[in-house]
Amino acid sequence: MALPVNLEIAKTHLLSRKKQSIVAMLGVTFGIAMFILMISFMKGVNKFLQDTMLASTADIKIYNDVKTDFSSSVTADYFQDSSQLVVVRHQKPKNVNLNIKSADQIIADLKDNPKVLAVSPMLSSQVFFNYGPVQLNGIIKGVNILEEIRIFDLKDKIVSGRLENLLTSDNGIVMGVGLAKKLHVSMGDMVTLASPTGNSMRLRVVGTFQMGMAMVDDVNSYVNIATVQQILGKDNSYITTINVKLKDLNFASAEAISCEKKYGYKAESWEVTNASVQTSNVVRDVLTIVVSATMLIVAGFGIYNIMNMLITNKMKDIAILKAQGFAQKDIIQIFLTQSIIIGLLGAIAGLLLGFLLSYGLSRVPFPSQGMVSLKTFPVIFEIKYYVFGVLFGVITTLVAGLMPSIKASKIDPVAILRG
Amino acid sequence: MSEILKTIQLNKYFRETEEFHVIKSINMTINAGEFVTITGKSGCGKSTLLYLLSTMDNDYEGEVHINNTKVTGLSQNELAAFRNENIGFIFQFHFLLPEFTALQNVMMPALKLAKHSRAEIEERAYAKLKQMQMEDYALKLSGKLSGGQQQRIAVARALINEPKVIMADEPTGNLDSVNTGIVFDIFKELASKGNTIIAVTHDNDFAERSDRIIEMKDGEIVQ
Ligand SMILES: Nc1ncnc2c1ncn2[C@@H]1O[C@H](COP(=O)(O)OP(=O)(O)O)[C@@H](O)[C@H]1O
Ligand SMILES: [Mg+2]
Repeated sequence: MALPVNLEIAKTHLLSRKKQSIVAMLGVTFGIAMFILMISFMKGVNKFLQDTMLASTADIKIYNDVKTDFSSSVTADYFQDSSQLVVVRHQKPKNVNLNIKSADQIIADLKDNPKVLAVSPMLSSQVFFNYGPVQLNGIIKGVNILEEIRIFDLKDKIVSGRLENLLTSDNGIVMGVGLAKKLHVSMGDMVTLASPTGNSMRLRVVGTFQMGMAMVDDVNSYVNIATVQQILGKDNSYITTINVKLKDLNFASAEAISCEKKYGYKAESWEVTNASVQTSNVVRDVLTIVVSATMLIVAGFGIYNIMNMLITNKMKDIAILKAQGFAQKDIIQIFLTQSIIIGLLGAIAGLLLGFLLSYGLSRVPFPSQGMVSLKTFPVIFEIKYYVFGVLFGVITTLVAGLMPSIKASKIDPVAILRG
Repeated sequence: MSEILKTIQLNKYFRETEEFHVIKSINMTINAGEFVTITGKSGCGKSTLLYLLSTMDNDYEGEVHINNTKVTGLSQNELAAFRNENIGFIFQFHFLLPEFTALQNVMMPALKLAKHSRAEIEERAYAKLKQMQMEDYALKLSGKLSGGQQQRIAVARALINEPKVIMADEPTGNLDSVNTGIVFDIFKELASKGNTIIAVTHDNDFAERSDRIIEMKDGEIVQ
């Protein structure tokens, strides 16, 4: 018990009104616990969505965008006279191929780019699956599967069969589990599909995959590029999209711009493709900060009130201490120490509670309605949130305790001791 | 004898509702080892004067010198340190910290001064309590003790740093006759050991026993 005298006084004050000290502490505890729980959960949701999104989005996607710039038209060419104003309503494009010309050169060039890790050409098409008399909508993605798996982490997503089966059979299809279920097909079954232009084909199911999002799993299938070229009636150099994986996905935006310039086709980075996911991440982050800050401010007011009450009750003691030669800074130290101890203990208890709540939540089954494949609530555990929590707690209590402590230090002992 | 406390043209006004001249041009000198009592009718300014001398109240005109230091004009923090080392103050209503033991109360000013080790301070505090015949109560919470017992502990606390001057504002004003007698004897003993004591009292017996009586009337010293 060899504390400096100021700390000894602070300790005695705290212990002699245990109930109040504990109430003040609990305020901080709940604030921090809430902060930890919310941030761990929200960041877990963000991470889950980001991972799911990144698993189905290339860092950069190069494609031939439909031109909607009609500033020049055949009509104007016909009239030729520049003094006449030509107005064309309801402009339509001419019949253009949406393929990427000289795709081979572009792919070769991308592969030479030191920032690029992998390149995969793709040709996708809207199709209709015949399911008895009914037709189901779907999308088939024609890929070179060996290139594709270097970009997307597909191996882990395979539920039945093998992706490589596509290489050995020229009419194979790997389907999303949702789609396979709708069509009541499984490994080895045949499906009939038709293109929008009316061509139809029979393919054999050689595998199924599950990405975890109904949006993908109920619609998409993988086939060889040649299969799509065939059903669309195009030649074997016809592709519409080139997917690119970079060594560092943070360079995607910059690299997309330079690709666009270099190749003359639209190049979209993953941030743009998934702008809505990014936006909802920001919304969740802001929500977390606002709610946690509110909780901590409320806890701060609690401490402020309790410190104020304590100081009002201790006016006489403060006057006595001052009469004995305790300086203003001693009085500030005595009372500030108390709020820091309340803050620190409260914050540590808050970390524990926050961890327990987060852990509990991470074990609760997620009420999935088939939209996402989540077994339990997504929660991530990161030291940095816990460090932030303690920091927040201590800073809040420091600020809340400072004003009452300064007030205490300014008490005029004569006014009180005169009696 | 060397002078330990001196005031020069000390004046104080209360200016709350209307101006009230409470201490009027007091010049006084107190020598080391003197036992001085300040007497006078209630409301004549005795307590106010003592608070000025104690450096707790520094809203005044004129000068106060204690132990060859001009305390007038020192900062709050300097005054606190000065008080801690040089002045022992005893109040009318004992004024101990109720949540601390008698021993802790006595030790506190010495721990603040930090001139000696904790063990040494504890030993001295016991000695002071013993001098007040309160050593048996050392570990009792001071809030649980009687008025007379608390006042004796307060005296022990005032003595712990061996201050140059001991000031007391009606130290027996709130005590029964038995305890008053005990506190009287303590002061007398302290005085005989060469302590400088300035005590405000309106108890004539108490004043009679001191070396010198300063009588006040309406903020002035009458003799
Ligand atoms: N804070 C104050 N404001 C105005 N007048 C005061 C204040 N404190 C004391 N007084 C007045 O000053 C005078 C002296 O008070 P005090 O020194 O306490 O007298 P004593 O101790 O001699 O009884 C009294 O008339 C009292 O009413
Ligand atoms: Mg008085």
